[in-house]
Amino acid sequence: MSSPPSPPGHTVKSFDDDLRSLRSMIGRMGGLARKQLDDSIEALLTSDEEAADRICAKDKELDEMEMEAEAYAISIIARRAPMAGDLREVIAALKIGSVIERVGDYAKNCARRVSVLAGHVDRGVHPGIAEMARMASSLLDDALTSFAQRDSELAKKVAAGDEAIDDYYESLFQALLAQIAEDPNQTATATHFIFIIKNLERVGDHATNIAEMVHYSATGDHIADRPKGGDATEISLPL
Amino acid sequence: MAEYDTETVVHEEMTLRNDAKMTARDVSVFYGQKQAVRSVSIDVDSHYVTAFIGPSGCGKSTFLRCFNRMNDTIDIARVEGDIDLDGRDIYDPKMDVVQLRARVGMVFQKPNPFPKSIYENIAYGPRIHGLAESKTDMDRIVETSLQRAGLWNEVKDRLDESGTALSGGQQQRLCIARAIAVDPEVILMDEPCSALDPIATAKVEELIDELQGRYAIVIVTHNMQQAARVSQRTAFFHLGHLVEYGPTDEIFTNPKADRTRDYITGRFG
Repeated sequence: MSSPPSPPGHTVKSFDDDLRSLRSMIGRMGGLARKQLDDSIEALLTSDEEAADRICAKDKELDEMEMEAEAYAISIIARRAPMAGDLREVIAALKIGSVIERVGDYAKNCARRVSVLAGHVDRGVHPGIAEMARMASSLLDDALTSFAQRDSELAKKVAAGDEAIDDYYESLFQALLAQIAEDPNQTATATHFIFIIKNLERVGDHATNIAEMVHYSATGDHIADRPKGGDATEISLPL
Repeated sequence: MAEYDTETVVHEEMTLRNDAKMTARDVSVFYGQKQAVRSVSIDVDSHYVTAFIGPSGCGKSTFLRCFNRMNDTIDIARVEGDIDLDGRDIYDPKMDVVQLRARVGMVFQKPNPFPKSIYENIAYGPRIHGLAESKTDMDRIVETSLQRAGLWNEVKDRLDESGTALSGGQQQRLCIARAIAVDPEVILMDEPCSALDPIATAKVEELIDELQGRYAIVIVTHNMQQAARVSQRTAFFHLGHLVEYGPTDEIFTNPKADRTRDYITGRFG
C-alpha cells in the first residue's frame, strides 16, 4: 500500500503556507544535523582539529533552529487550532525537531573527542566506524526524506532498518573491548571510541524514531511494534 | 469538489445496538420534494454528549429535530424511518407528543425565555406536567433546576424579575434550567452558543460538562472546537448523509473518512 493521497489544500491558504514553512524549517535542521554528523566523523578520521572546533561552534545554530521551529509550531497550534492530519503533523514536527537537535549533540560529542584521539588512529577499528557512520547518516537521510515527502512506506522501511547499525555497533564494541584486554594502555582511547560508536548507534535509533513519527503523522496509525533489541552490549559485558 | 465515498463510517464503539437510549434507523426527512436527511441510522446513549457537526445545510439540525418531533410543526416536512426512545417508537400515533417533549427537551440557538418572571419560566413546565404537589415542591424544583443550570447564585434574589431582563448567556442557561425542570431523559441543543459571547459560551459548555451523565445530550454545533471540547461522540453530516460517527477524540485526531478529514481540517470547497 502506498501513502494515502495528500489531502487538497486548505480553504485558508495561509494555513498551507504555515505548515510548509514549519516543514522546511525541520528539513533545514535535518540537513544541517546530518552534515554535522558526516563532518564530525570525517574530522575524527583525519584528525582535523580545526574542523572539529567549527563543528562544535556550529551546534549552537542547530539549537537556535530548534527553538525557532518549536516557537513556530506552538504559534500554529495557537492560531490555527489544527485538527486530524494537520495536528499530527505539527506535533510530529515538534518532536522530530527535538530529535534532530539531539543528533546534532551526538555529532558535537564526536567532534569534541577529535583532539584527544588525534594520532591514535587504529586501522583495525576506524574503517568500521566510517562504515557505521555512513549507515547511520544514510538512515537519517531516509528518515528526513520520509518526513519531507510524507512517505509512510519509506518511513516503515527506515523503522525496520537500524538493525544493521546495531549489529555493527555490537561487533565494534567487542573489538574495542578486545583491544583493552590486549593492551590496557589503550583503555582511554578505546573508551573514547566506544562513546563514539554508542553515539552513532543512537543516531540510528533516532532515525527510526523520526520514521515512526512520520508514519503516525501520515496515517494516524503507529507502526506495528518491532522487537526492541535494546543494547546488547549492556548485558554482554564480561565481568 | 473531490469525489467522496457516500458510505457511512461507523467506528467500532458506535456499532448500532438496540438498547441505546434513543435509536434512529434509516431516517430520512423531506421538505416537500427536497430530501434533507438521507437514511441515517445512529444510536444516542445516556451518559454521553453527542455532537452533530457539518456545514450549513447538511441536515444536522433537521435530523436533531426528529428526536422530539419538532419537525411535526413544519407542514411540508415528512419523516421516514424509525426513531425509538427506550425501545418505543416516538412516531407511533399513540405517542403523546407533549409528554415526549418533556422527556426529550430542547434548547434553541436563540435564547427564548417566556416573557414572565424567572421563577415562572422554570415553574411552567412542571406545572403543566403536574410534577409539583405544593408550593414548597415547586420552590424546590425551581431552585434545583437553576442550581443544575449554574444560574441559582446569579438570580436567587430576583426570581420575580422578568426572564427577558437577563443577559443573553443567562437567558440561555435559564432555558436549559427550564428544560431540566421537567426531569427529561434527553436534552437536544441546537447551536446553543452561537448567539453568545466567549465567556457566556464557556459557562454553557461548563454546564454541559456538569449535566453529562445525568441526561443524554445531543448538541448541534457549527463550532468544531466546541464539539471537540464538550462531546464524547461526534457525528459528521454532509449533504444529508451521516458520513462518520465515532469517539470525539478519534474524529478530531484520526478521522477515517476523507470527507470528515477535509471538513475538520478546513479543506472543504
